Amino acid sequence: MNWLANNQQTIWAALWAHLALSLPPIVASFLISLPLGWAAHRHRWLRFPVVTGSSLMYAIPSLPLLIVLPLIIGTTVRSSVNVVVALTLYGIALMVRSVADSLDAVPRDAVTSATAMGYSPVRRFLAVELPLAGPGLLAGLRVVAVSTTALVTVSAVLGVHNLGVLFTDGFQRGIIAEVVTGIVGTVALALVVDRTLVAIGWVSMPWLRVGATKSDTGGAA
Amino acid sequence: MAVDRPSGDEKQAPRVQFEHVTKHYPGPDGRPVAAVDDVSLEMAPGQITVLVGSSGSGKTTLLRCVNRMVTPTSGRVLIDGEDVAGLDAVQLRRTIGYVMQESGLLPHRRVVDNIATVPRLNGLPRRDAHDRALALMDMVGLARSLATRYPRELSGGQRQRVGVARALAASPKLLLMDEPFGAVDPIVRADLQLELRTMQAELACTIIFVTHDISEALILGDHVVILAEAGRIAQQGSGTDLVAHPADDFVASFLGVDTERELHVREVDGVELVVDAAGRPIGRLGGASPAKEAAR
Repeated sequence: MNWLANNQQTIWAALWAHLALSLPPIVASFLISLPLGWAAHRHRWLRFPVVTGSSLMYAIPSLPLLIVLPLIIGTTVRSSVNVVVALTLYGIALMVRSVADSLDAVPRDAVTSATAMGYSPVRRFLAVELPLAGPGLLAGLRVVAVSTTALVTVSAVLGVHNLGVLFTDGFQRGIIAEVVTGIVGTVALALVVDRTLVAIGWVSMPWLRVGATKSDTGGAA
Repeated sequence: MAVDRPSGDEKQAPRVQFEHVTKHYPGPDGRPVAAVDDVSLEMAPGQITVLVGSSGSGKTTLLRCVNRMVTPTSGRVLIDGEDVAGLDAVQLRRTIGYVMQESGLLPHRRVVDNIATVPRLNGLPRRDAHDRALALMDMVGLARSLATRYPRELSGGQRQRVGVARALAASPKLLLMDEPFGAVDPIVRADLQLELRTMQAELACTIIFVTHDISEALILGDHVVILAEAGRIAQQGSGTDLVAHPADDFVASFLGVDTERELHVREVDGVELVVDAAGRPIGRLGGASPAKEAAR
């Protein structure tokens, strides 16, 4: 445990670098998946190509993607932009289906009555469909967040600085404490990000917290 | 029911006309099927017109043609002589109250915010919209303490009251009601029907009410339109006219006034009971109060 005490600065730096690589792809994949998932939800014929097509991206092995991607987007292999773009693609692969399914699950009654009251389509999407799709969106986002936090470590093999560097370095130099710190740190970070998302959901969707339906028979109270 | 007459411009209740309205939907074999076929109908201003029919009669389709939720394949819907097809759909809907079965409340909005929806869409400041919503809660008989509840915390009857309050929030002169009381139990439904009549008299708006329940149609309708398949008008008139002079067997059967279901009066222990053809009691004639019986 001496290693831990002597390398606190390294560990914190790796942790912050890891977080800085994880958050942008989580946010970007969510924002990009919204219109894609909406299109798949709205137009039946788009559903198969959009959902299946994006899901297939998850089958691309990550290390080759990190190496090939710079040839397409013109960054260096070790650039954080390269890592962020690659992880955003994986995030989209997971999130598009979640968005489409969550929008499908919005109660039709609520959408119909919103239309009848005079919501324009855009306003109805933002004020009614999106919040009511919230629970499904949050579930999808949590998977993306945990997956992204774990996948960031792969880029350590290419020399991008993050918690994954603690395994590669620890493994090469035979320092078990460093390897364990890298693993525990990654899991802990994923947990913190996940709990934060749950907390955001708790605050932003108060209607889910109220008690179940009361008796269905009474008239005015 | 205490009535807080909605403020705002005092427009007159509109006349609504259907002119040869036809709506086709693609059928299972891809060929168009008529949900509504060549319907011409007039709904008088300030009255409750009830469209009553079984499923497949096209009653909901007709209702939704009025606020452009459905666009007719051919024919026109006129509000005060103006073709709705020429109006902006979103703006039009904000001027027409709409109540649906299962209330269609927004589950993520509190009661007060649900009721305030249309005024807020129209740009009324939140505080004013909330004040208006609270006044409407009084009007439809909802305790103000329910204002901060979410719809799922209410009973079915309370939800329907919120639905009615929400439809009235922008002081519409035209109200569309699609089986609004279909999902509440009979006792609450009777209360809601009675209150709707009272409220309609006070608000003097035009109401188009859709139901499959003939007794509801007779209770509520100033004018009752009995629809057969695809919006074919089997008969229309006041409830009294229809019951007194059903045009054909279909109407008589629909009204429950065909010979097999004729009612009779029978006296039992000095009480005049109304019985059906099989002699089962349906109700009793007025004037026979329990007090009078006790005095005998």
